[in-house]
Amino acid sequence: MCGIVGLFLKDPALQPRLGALMAPMLAEMTERGPDSAGFAIYRDGAPHPTLSCLGPLGTDWQAVAASLTQATGAAVEVETIADHALLRVSGELRAARAHLIETFPQVTVTASGEAIEIFKGIGDPMEVARTFNLESRSGTHGIAHTRMATESAVTISGSHPFSTGPDTCLVHNGSLSNHHLLRAFLEARGERLQTENDSEVAAAFLSWRMREGDSLKQALHAALNRLDGFYTLTIGTRDGFAVLRDPIACKPAVLAETDQWVAMASEFRAIAPLPGVENARIWEPEPGVVYSWGGEAKAVAA
Amino acid sequence: MTMTLTNTGLIDLADTTVREANATLQAATEGAFTLANPGGKHALACGLQHPVSVTIKGHCGYYAGGMNKLAEITIEGNAGTGVAENIMSGTVRVTGDASQSAGATGHGGLVVIEGNASARCGISMKGVDIVVGGNVGHMSAFMAQAGNLVVLGDAGPDLGDSIYEARIFVRGSVARLGTDCVEKEMRPEHLEFLADILTRAGMEADPTEFRRYGSARQLYHFKIDNAGAY
Repeated sequence: MCGIVGLFLKDPALQPRLGALMAPMLAEMTERGPDSAGFAIYRDGAPHPTLSCLGPLGTDWQAVAASLTQATGAAVEVETIADHALLRVSGELRAARAHLIETFPQVTVTASGEAIEIFKGIGDPMEVARTFNLESRSGTHGIAHTRMATESAVTISGSHPFSTGPDTCLVHNGSLSNHHLLRAFLEARGERLQTENDSEVAAAFLSWRMREGDSLKQALHAALNRLDGFYTLTIGTRDGFAVLRDPIACKPAVLAETDQWVAMASEFRAIAPLPGVENARIWEPEPGVVYSWGGEAKAVAA
Repeated sequence: MTMTLTNTGLIDLADTTVREANATLQAATEGAFTLANPGGKHALACGLQHPVSVTIKGHCGYYAGGMNKLAEITIEGNAGTGVAENIMSGTVRVTGDASQSAGATGHGGLVVIEGNASARCGISMKGVDIVVGGNVGHMSAFMAQAGNLVVLGDAGPDLGDSIYEARIFVRGSVARLGTDCVEKEMRPEHLEFLADILTRAGMEADPTEFRRYGSARQLYHFKIDNAGAY
């Protein structure tokens, strides 16, 4: 069992409150996943190419940044928060991400993109939210996850969201049965994965499809054909937000929409605290149907 | 907090725990209660055993009205997974939509979903009557043993898969019948039954517009010729 929430703002006036709106949603899903949590925020405002990283406490992030500059020629600024670092990179992100993964095995690059930032940790989801200031973060949309590990250890690398491509990330409730085969297929096509987690394979699949030119919607239709197993997925891209359930649909999902926002959650109780929910259109997404908002622009090939 | 309500009153879930609310409802022997601010909470109005009336003002989480006996429960909103699961008698009504496994394993009583019910509605039903005003999702009435599932809209794929002796009536289309589920003739007693249950459910529909589905009895090896031996 896991908990998923997502919030896509249609009304720019709500953007300063994105994190404040998401935190109670995440709190409601604690019972579904009390062992670890994570969230992705898509910042509003100007693009700011960033690598979200996590590493053991004591990691010398300035040395990491210096290595990155030396290898790619890009200027790098470092912001650290707990065991995470946001590396603001002035150059090309794909090469920078690859360099970090290659050179610093102890560092995980949790996200790369011009708007996305990902934070994750183990333990009480609200403690993770507090450590990384979820409530004070602004943005256009965000997704979050509370994890109850069923098939692998409780580790930070098992925490969602997962991201392998630019400004694309995914949270997953369920389990995939063909992730080993798909992993080899995707690695042969240039996707760089960092964990043994099945959900990361789903993220990599979407990244690969969008790198090949698919829109978010097209990538999700491709996923329906290729992912085998149980899943409710919520996906974020630079300007898009989507939900997909497998055709058996054992894993729960509720969608709600008003003029101001679109919200997704594993259960309605996570949506109940949102402003204007009493006038929302609320429904259960149909099995095997792609629901998406925004995101029709093709992802930048990177 | 100790609830002092007896047989009537308003319970506000904004300042009462689900456990306290359920204890109050379970202790009542008659009367009418309102549950305010359900906020999608789970297990509301579960395990009631007396003819009380309960109105829940909003959307519920999982297993609302579960194990109901004699009580009349109305959910003014949507219900999560497993509404009225294992209902024994009484009525559970949902004015909105119901998530998966509505009325699962119900032994008796009446479940009314005024909107749509999603996957596995009436899974393993054992005697309950379920009336759905809208559509039902895939694998509804899966392994249904007894009772009636009445659908005014359409049914998703694999309706009545591995069904035993429950009856299914659908007014709209059936995406695909499940294994061992077949269409059967509508006889006068079925029209009579539909007219009665539609009235009890408060639904307006013409019984002659429904088609009946049930077990082909090829899968579970029950031979009707041997019925007298049991």
